[in-house]
Amino acid sequence: MKELRLMKGNEAIAEAFIRAGADGYFGYPITPQSEVLEYLMAQKPYETTGMVVLQAESEVAAINMVYGGAGCGKKVVTSSSSPGISLKAEGISYMAGAELPCLVVNVVRGGPGLGTIQPSQGDYFQSTKGGGHGDYKLIVLAPASVQEMADFAKLGFELAFKYRTPVMIQSDGVIGQMMEKVELFEQMPRWTNEEIKKISPWATVGKTPDRERNIITSLDLDPARQERHVYKLGAKYKEIEENEVRFEKIQCDDAEYIFVAYGSSARICQKSIEIARAKGIKVGLLRPITLFPFPKKVLNKLADQVKGMLTVEMSLGQMIEDVQLAVNGKVKVEHYGRVGGMIPSPDEIVAALEQKIIGG
Amino acid sequence: MDIKDIIKPENLVYSKSKLFTDKALSYCPGCGHGTAHKLVLQTIEEMGIESETIGVAPVGCSVLAYEFMDIDIQQASHGRAPAVATAIKRLMPEKFVFTYQGDGDLAAIGTAETIHACNRGENIVIIFINNGIYGMTGGQMAPTTIAKMKTSTSPYGRDTAIMGNPLKITELVAQLPGVYYCTRQAVHTAAAVRKAKKAIRQAFENQKLKKGLSFVEIVSNCNSGWKMTPVDSNIWMENNMFPFYPLGDIKVPTEK
Amino acid sequence: MTEEIIIAGFGGQGVLSMGKILAYSGIMQDQEVSWMPSYGPEMRGGTANVTVILSDSRVSSPILNEFDTAIILNQQSMDKFESTVKKGGILLYDSNGITRHPQRKDITIYRIEAAAKASETGNTKVFNMIVLGAYLKIKPIVKLENVIKGLKKSLPERYHNLIPQNEQAIQLGMDNVKLIQKV
Repeated sequence: MKELRLMKGNEAIAEAFIRAGADGYFGYPITPQSEVLEYLMAQKPYETTGMVVLQAESEVAAINMVYGGAGCGKKVVTSSSSPGISLKAEGISYMAGAELPCLVVNVVRGGPGLGTIQPSQGDYFQSTKGGGHGDYKLIVLAPASVQEMADFAKLGFELAFKYRTPVMIQSDGVIGQMMEKVELFEQMPRWTNEEIKKISPWATVGKTPDRERNIITSLDLDPARQERHVYKLGAKYKEIEENEVRFEKIQCDDAEYIFVAYGSSARICQKSIEIARAKGIKVGLLRPITLFPFPKKVLNKLADQVKGMLTVEMSLGQMIEDVQLAVNGKVKVEHYGRVGGMIPSPDEIVAALEQKIIGG
Repeated sequence: MDIKDIIKPENLVYSKSKLFTDKALSYCPGCGHGTAHKLVLQTIEEMGIESETIGVAPVGCSVLAYEFMDIDIQQASHGRAPAVATAIKRLMPEKFVFTYQGDGDLAAIGTAETIHACNRGENIVIIFINNGIYGMTGGQMAPTTIAKMKTSTSPYGRDTAIMGNPLKITELVAQLPGVYYCTRQAVHTAAAVRKAKKAIRQAFENQKLKKGLSFVEIVSNCNSGWKMTPVDSNIWMENNMFPFYPLGDIKVPTEK
Repeated sequence: MTEEIIIAGFGGQGVLSMGKILAYSGIMQDQEVSWMPSYGPEMRGGTANVTVILSDSRVSSPILNEFDTAIILNQQSMDKFESTVKKGGILLYDSNGITRHPQRKDITIYRIEAAAKASETGNTKVFNMIVLGAYLKIKPIVKLENVIKGLKKSLPERYHNLIPQNEQAIQLGMDNVKLIQKV
């Protein structure tokens, strides 16, 4: 029988870490995601699956614990919210450079600075365009429901190990704090030492006589070798762009206008569609599920069909740059959003569509 | 004795640890790092734990330690080796895990990670090379630079009124209940090397017995950074560093 | 069927847990649900509110600007949420501490003296269950048996002995809700 529970997004993702066979979680409390660590500590998976759960002394320590664990081929994860992710950015860059698989969850709150504890999507640039230093990309998954919080924990680990790269789950205060019905996937066993040796032969688990030593590093002082390494990373990101684009199209078939929104904004836009369609406005929604790789092709194609697009983000307008690049000037693209922890209401969004796109 | 006799196995009086790679050490001639590396590798070799050991070397002169040590190694970001080692050990408690850190790394940027790993009593070995200076970046003031000592960022000598006092981090961490064994050694004379070797062995044996954190400081020279000959730097170290950083055990296990 | 509800009052009145029990009850009868709280410093003694949606189809936005039903349990919430009730919708309130009663003429208004009834029972903790009972009398969107199942799911097992008390409180709410104005 399927197991249905009413859970907060933060609790669902924590439960999903355990069920996905994670070996370790390392985190530091910060609102609005502290329930992740609280839930794990209450569940005590170290007594059941053997998963390590450790409250670190800082976000910096936590991401470096993830580095250490990932370097051993373990399934490891950390979670935080915006200011904490800034602190983790160095470690994430190191992991991208050292090609270490891991999961990083950002339950985004309003910034900049200490900002607010209320929901925001102002970390889009940080997640998709860098955050840390150097030429790297993260696979960025944007859940829009509690169900996806759980499912993307599993998917995130799969992608992280498939491409040997850190995966970011970019959630926000709405998805983290809300409760919905969630169907949990079954407990997966943790990998054995033998499995780890097969899956991740590069892992530092102790040098045995049958192989060369394994080194986990992001450093190479020889520019020619470092250049080859960065080109290799680049090729990997191209491959990810070709294979891993994920999106959802909602009521796009007859649409004359399109909302482009992810995460909680995409949920709110679905209510806006109900309101707008009741008024006779044919509007649909394109919801990017992967923020990187971004669903460029489908947006470019939709641009041939619709009269305009409104991106709805809880930011000053960040994803809109990717939408504009994708449609390449074919149709008008405008932005509507709220910032500082304010959440746009469904009717506000319809009004913005009417003013900025239909009437504009 | 001609050359044929000299190379006979029975006349072999010294050999490098098998766990050294063939890569020439990049440390400056006269620097203590090479000797400290040797002691760590000899210990691992003698205990027969090379296939169960993971080293963590962060940023500093020892950033390239992985080039010289023929064991699995992770290169950590600046100051974070104790956090990296924490996770490795907790996820693979059956393995041996050590960090090899300099003073800037361990006692400045990584102070929080050092203190908290020590306080949690992580069952790891921390090897701490204290030469009172940032060697890799060209001789800047370190948290352990002693009063009046000249560096490129304290060119008139460390003025403690302005620049703060040198940090005795080893005495500090020795207070923490998670630290099982804490000692300060040197590697500038044959006698010191023998003692330091014993201390490192003790530290790894403690880990084998799951005793908690063992912290081995090695006060060492930086002849390049100090702008002295190797010989002079060792004399200077004895006259100036040792009075402030006295050698010997700081915390030893009391139980049998 | 879709029912969009806001429950608003002081932190400590059991606003969030009442919403949770309602959401769980919806799950027990195969509905789609969402529960979206206000969170943050206001949780600690200030105002608290939660948006609960029960629906036969997928829930779109968990965040709404108008509601089928507003359950209002203090004056600040009255000031903030009276205007958010849909035309023809329902406002249920407890007059305890209310200095300005609802004024809209285009909505149906009910009152439940839950705080007073709760103190009569000698157990003020059942306050929110009295309110829930009043709501379920007005809108029986979930069956009582499913509410009990929901209670079992949302309460830790060590509190299951309190379920009969809660059931009585729900009944008390059902029996005492008063219609003030009908549209």
